[in-house]
Amino acid sequence: MSLISIDLVALHCSHGLGILNRALRNKSRSSIQIQAQQTRLSFPQRRRSNWRFLSTHSCSATLSVMAEEEKEAFDADRAGALVKELRECFDNGKTKSYDWRVSQLESIAKMVDEREKDILAALHQDLSKPEHEAFVSEISLTKGSCKLALQELKSWMMPEKVKTSMTTYPSSAKIVSEPLGVVLVISTWNYPFMLSLEPVIGAIAAGNAVVLKPSEIAPATSSLLAKLLEEYVDNTAIRVVEGAVAETSALLEQKWDTIFYTGSGRVGRIIMSAAARHLTPVILELGGKCPAVVDSDVNIEVGNSIYHTSGVMVAVRRIIAGKWGCNSGQACIAPDYLITAKAFAPKLIDTLRSELKVFFGENPMESKDLSRIVNLYHFKRLSKLMDEDKVSDMKVLGGQRDENQLKIAPTIFLDVPEDSLIMEDEIFGPLLPILTVENLEDSFAVINSRPKPLAAYLFTNNEELKNNFVKNISSGGMLINDTILHVTVSGLPFGGVGESGMGSYHGKFSFDAFSHKKAVLYRSFEGDTPTRYPPYTPGKLKLLKTLISGDIFSIILALIGRSKD
Amino acid sequence: MEPIGDLERELEELRETYKSGKTKEASWRRSQLKSLLSLLEEREEDIFQALHQDIGKNHVESYRDEVGILIKSVNYALDCLKQWMSGKNVKLPMVTFPTRAELVPEPLGIVLIISSWNFPFGLSLEPLIGAIAAGNVVVLKPSELAPASSSVLATTLHSYLDNKAVKVIQGGPSVGDQLLQQKWDKIFFTGSPRVARIVMTAAAKHLTPVTLELGGKCPAVVDALSSSWDREMAIKRILGGKFGACAGQACIGIDYILTEKKFATTLIEEMKVLIKKMFGENPRESHSVARIINKHHFLSLKSLLDDPMVKASVVYGGSLDEDHLFIEPTILLDPPLEAAIMNEEIFGPLLPIISLEKIEESVEFIKSRPRGLSVYAFTKNEKLMRRLISETSSGSLIFNDAIIQYAADTVPFGGVGESGFGRYHGKFSFDAFTHEKAVVRRHFLIEFWFRFPPWNDYKMQLFKSAYRYNYLSVVLITLGLKKSSQCSKTH
Repeated sequence: MSLISIDLVALHCSHGLGILNRALRNKSRSSIQIQAQQTRLSFPQRRRSNWRFLSTHSCSATLSVMAEEEKEAFDADRAGALVKELRECFDNGKTKSYDWRVSQLESIAKMVDEREKDILAALHQDLSKPEHEAFVSEISLTKGSCKLALQELKSWMMPEKVKTSMTTYPSSAKIVSEPLGVVLVISTWNYPFMLSLEPVIGAIAAGNAVVLKPSEIAPATSSLLAKLLEEYVDNTAIRVVEGAVAETSALLEQKWDTIFYTGSGRVGRIIMSAAARHLTPVILELGGKCPAVVDSDVNIEVGNSIYHTSGVMVAVRRIIAGKWGCNSGQACIAPDYLITAKAFAPKLIDTLRSELKVFFGENPMESKDLSRIVNLYHFKRLSKLMDEDKVSDMKVLGGQRDENQLKIAPTIFLDVPEDSLIMEDEIFGPLLPILTVENLEDSFAVINSRPKPLAAYLFTNNEELKNNFVKNISSGGMLINDTILHVTVSGLPFGGVGESGMGSYHGKFSFDAFSHKKAVLYRSFEGDTPTRYPPYTPGKLKLLKTLISGDIFSIILALIGRSKD
Repeated sequence: MEPIGDLERELEELRETYKSGKTKEASWRRSQLKSLLSLLEEREEDIFQALHQDIGKNHVESYRDEVGILIKSVNYALDCLKQWMSGKNVKLPMVTFPTRAELVPEPLGIVLIISSWNFPFGLSLEPLIGAIAAGNVVVLKPSELAPASSSVLATTLHSYLDNKAVKVIQGGPSVGDQLLQQKWDKIFFTGSPRVARIVMTAAAKHLTPVTLELGGKCPAVVDALSSSWDREMAIKRILGGKFGACAGQACIGIDYILTEKKFATTLIEEMKVLIKKMFGENPRESHSVARIINKHHFLSLKSLLDDPMVKASVVYGGSLDEDHLFIEPTILLDPPLEAAIMNEEIFGPLLPIISLEKIEESVEFIKSRPRGLSVYAFTKNEKLMRRLISETSSGSLIFNDAIIQYAADTVPFGGVGESGFGRYHGKFSFDAFTHEKAVVRRHFLIEFWFRFPPWNDYKMQLFKSAYRYNYLSVVLITLGLKKSSQCSKTH
């Protein structure tokens, strides 16, 4: 038992309690926008003197307005020059070598190890992310990915031998993975470290040159990433460009070999249209309203002599860990809303209330274990969702907020109307509406009436319900009886479908996301049937037909001039 | 703008069908694939006729490149369907028991296939096989430039397949535009980069994933082969891959040849002999080479030859018959590299040969140009093969043959860079229309108290040890025998 438990923990940590996203979202630049506008392009040391650098500002929750300081504008010209330089580097073949890839991945692993404290501090500055949570979901996930890539790289790079068919006989074939070229990774602010490096690790493992554009909404982490990557990795092939809309637009004007974007559907559309101009493939990691369906049958005693608890308590803890324990709900795979049977709702709410107290104390506003809201814009957005009349009347728990600290307590609503604001878009915050249905199977219709989410959760002991859920609900990923953890399984692809995005990554899938699968076919000069070539005759058609049928017997008959028809 | 009759109603019907779940059933997919097989077998004559009418394809060529390949593909899909549809279990470490992880393939929903005129059946039905096998409802828009084929597709698919789930909508660019305004769950496009940009821009509005099957200039590297048998085989395959496949109007047709200067004359002389042998003295009359699709395309091919420097480089053929839209197999030696013929995809029966001092220079030559759908190399030189594999990039790389990759089910077919993205054929077609849903099942039984807040140093230390797989530490810390010290920050 103990060994089992330990490794499950390792599983939890190694890929952790979150992989979440959201980005560049609502970039409306209100005068009270808190983040400083800063642009910094990390160039190799030797060129540094050419550029005037800004000191890095990172402001936290204070509502200071940062004046736009004098800076070198990162415009399309500079973006173009950057891409050109990286393309030259890629073309000379350096990034394709196994040794280069390994050395870069090792450097990243080393960087995460050596600079853990700095990373945790930046995350705390940007999001008041509890150290524990940051360690699990950002540090250890990133390290885990690096480790896995280092361990598996040889086998990932190995061409895959495939069988060939009768029609192309005699031949042999393999599928060779080759890097796409120069790629752009645009990441987001909620897991600003992990969501930046996870795709970068994939891009490097696959042998590409990369530009990373971290989110300006998490400025401390953004500038730390720029600094650390400049220090630790090969800057002739891996660069960080900091900035906001203007810089992103300059980057998007360039021709990339793939663009990997994590963030909102709104910006996802902009990215994809920009990519269309150059016919660049995109991977879009978006979000959506992830439902969690809770069956009343979880309310049974589970456990053994060592560990004993009620199923509903376990379910509720896992929901809390996935919702509030993940960056205060600012996570793309956090449960967005719950659906449960009407009769079971009171029991569920009671358990949520008591377990929340255990986790975050009597007064959650004072808990150090809850991240804050990223900025005032999002704080106001969430407040608006809470304050809508038809929603605020339905509040059953929480509701406290503090604009100065940008904190909102875990808040639960029961039976909010379907047409309320809170049920419209992804909540992306510590608010949890609970919808009730008469019969739990009715939840399928509720979920299917909305765009496809990134994740769908179900808590039940009912096998038939599980199977129907898997069969009838379409979502990026799906997890039965837990939240978030499915992203920790490196053997599974992580990615959305429909509105929640396209393309997937993690583990080998990250490598594949940044690779082109080249078909390589070998033929010899021996053995060829004359049927392939003109002049065409009726006899050739007959032989072709038998060849296609793959029926050896008819082929022989046709070859010796006899056939069944 | 020509309005499409009841587009809304047709689409609504498709959505209803999809919602009913019928297309997800294995039995439905199987029955549709079987009907498609009957269609191909029973309506072969109609198909041959349409292809002859549209592009002047010989029926043997039509069978080899379209009907036959499709029959093979449907059979392959039928054989593999069960295996493709079954979820894949994903390995987890033993110790994570009782957690179970699997990949469940599910259809994307309602998909649009826009196909092309050069292989109007192959390029329409090959993706359709994938879409049906994956359980989607489908709208197919064949190319209006091959009208006879388009109409045969419309009538036969309507009568053979479930027309509540598979619809053919015919028309030109305006119909295409109207279709593109709709929300699809996937768009599969075969055609030119210009239209591809329009398709992808439209798709971006609805966040619709796209597969783009485009073209590009596919080079063939021809090494100085010493054995006459090898040379003959190579040349046959080159001629088949250039003139024999829709008169060079094929996205994977050989666009130009790279060879050594000293070998060029031998190559050309032997090609001349074999062209006559294969296509006859008068290929137009013997119907061994297809014609050019339409006047517009004919004129653009003609204009490639208008450049006097290019015209002067013609070493074989070069006669154009505008009335019959026919261009004789034509070989050019060293046309200027700046000429249009060396910068645009030729898509016709003109074959430039570029001579190099050493065959190894072909690697740089290919590298310095946009990535094509295929690179062909006729050589026995292992070192050159290795260099081509690792240094050049293309959708596919074929040694000692041409076009044949189109018939291979086990390797992906698709481009990279300018030649498109996404892949299909065989299982890859199924995957192109499938979402692989990651599903993890957990039990309530086992839970760890240190997974949840409130956080403290003790839990942090446990996590760190567990993460480092330092089980002994975990046990020690749990038992209180080891201090959780390194984590000094207080909470």
